[in-house]
Amino acid sequence: MRRRFAALAGAGLALTSGAAQAHLVNTGIGPVYDGIAHLLVSFEDVLPVIAMALLAGLNGPPAGRQVLLVLPLAWLVGGVAGTLSSAAPWPTGPATVSLLVLGALVAADFKLSPAALTVLALAVGLAHGWHNGVAMTVAGLPTAGLLGTAGAVFVVTALFAATVVALRRPWTRIATRVAGSWIGASGLLLLGWTLGSRA
Amino acid sequence: MKGSGSRLDHRPAALLMLALLAIPAWAHEQSGQAAGFVTGLLHPVSGLDHVLAMVAVGLWGAQLGAPAIWLLPVTFPLVMAIGGFLGLLGVPLPGVEVGIAASAVLLGAMVATESRPPLALAAALVAFFAVFHGHAHGTELPPGQSGLLYSFGFVVATGCLHAVGIALGLLHRWRSGRVALRGAGAAVGLAGLVFLWRALA
Repeated sequence: MRRRFAALAGAGLALTSGAAQAHLVNTGIGPVYDGIAHLLVSFEDVLPVIAMALLAGLNGPPAGRQVLLVLPLAWLVGGVAGTLSSAAPWPTGPATVSLLVLGALVAADFKLSPAALTVLALAVGLAHGWHNGVAMTVAGLPTAGLLGTAGAVFVVTALFAATVVALRRPWTRIATRVAGSWIGASGLLLLGWTLGSRA
Repeated sequence: MKGSGSRLDHRPAALLMLALLAIPAWAHEQSGQAAGFVTGLLHPVSGLDHVLAMVAVGLWGAQLGAPAIWLLPVTFPLVMAIGGFLGLLGVPLPGVEVGIAASAVLLGAMVATESRPPLALAAALVAFFAVFHGHAHGTELPPGQSGLLYSFGFVVATGCLHAVGIALGLLHRWRSGRVALRGAGAAVGLAGLVFLWRALA
């Protein structure tokens, strides 16, 4: 009886379904999804966000909350400024500096004052956002994508910073520092790759 | 499977087969990015000399205990990156293969003899050899692949090899485990001698 009812209900739903809006261009928020996807598939952008979140997490919950607010906003502001700029994009520049500095700070478990952490998050957000804005303008993409990217920066920061804040066992903190070491090493290698003209 | 009358559910196996047969997705404009990561990830494990030396670093760290057990995995990638940096810039480093083979010999000997030098000396020894390993990785970046993903791949693979060494080094808690670790160190050292012979030949 129950199965028959479920089959009938399923058939009813299938027959009364509306037209699918599968193409995001109809909804007008396609560029926002593009912005979200951009961050998640762009290693040179998402890795510095993760590094910033790890650093914020190692500095405690207040630092995490601070970075959670500052980083996405700075990314958005930098992005808007980038769309107004006529400069040429420099793909590896912001990533190289961010990875090297943030990775080294995480590896050293460096304690930063709230003001210093804010300045750092501001600098990372502005630099990467600016580069995103410039690249989007060059590619002729809608600037609404910046909203999606900033939103994704917020989510990634929240997830990683909260995870690190919740770590209690000593070895987990060391594992975080090892991750920082890997990130810093990647930054130095990216610098070598850029200077070696292989980019 | 319930009772003798019920049939085996093939769906998980079919799903697994489909997942394994899936071809790589090219979802991003920057083609070759994923290939760069995989190439980097496979590079350290494609040479037995790298593998043995990296595992020996972990084994030695576990033998030395805190703080060496965490100091070595944190510092090694950063120092290795200096070697990689030089390699990517095209700065020649003489005797890279000899240095890598010698790292296996010396690190294996340290594990085999359960040497406990001062922490700074142990870190300096490991850091010295890290430059050779990094240089070898740095010079072998295939053209057309992402430098960042290749770099991250080989750094992660190296870190995982350290983790394997540290995990094996947990045997150090038991007396028989300590003997096994020293035996493993001797084996690494002997293999290193073979690599050294080949590098010098």
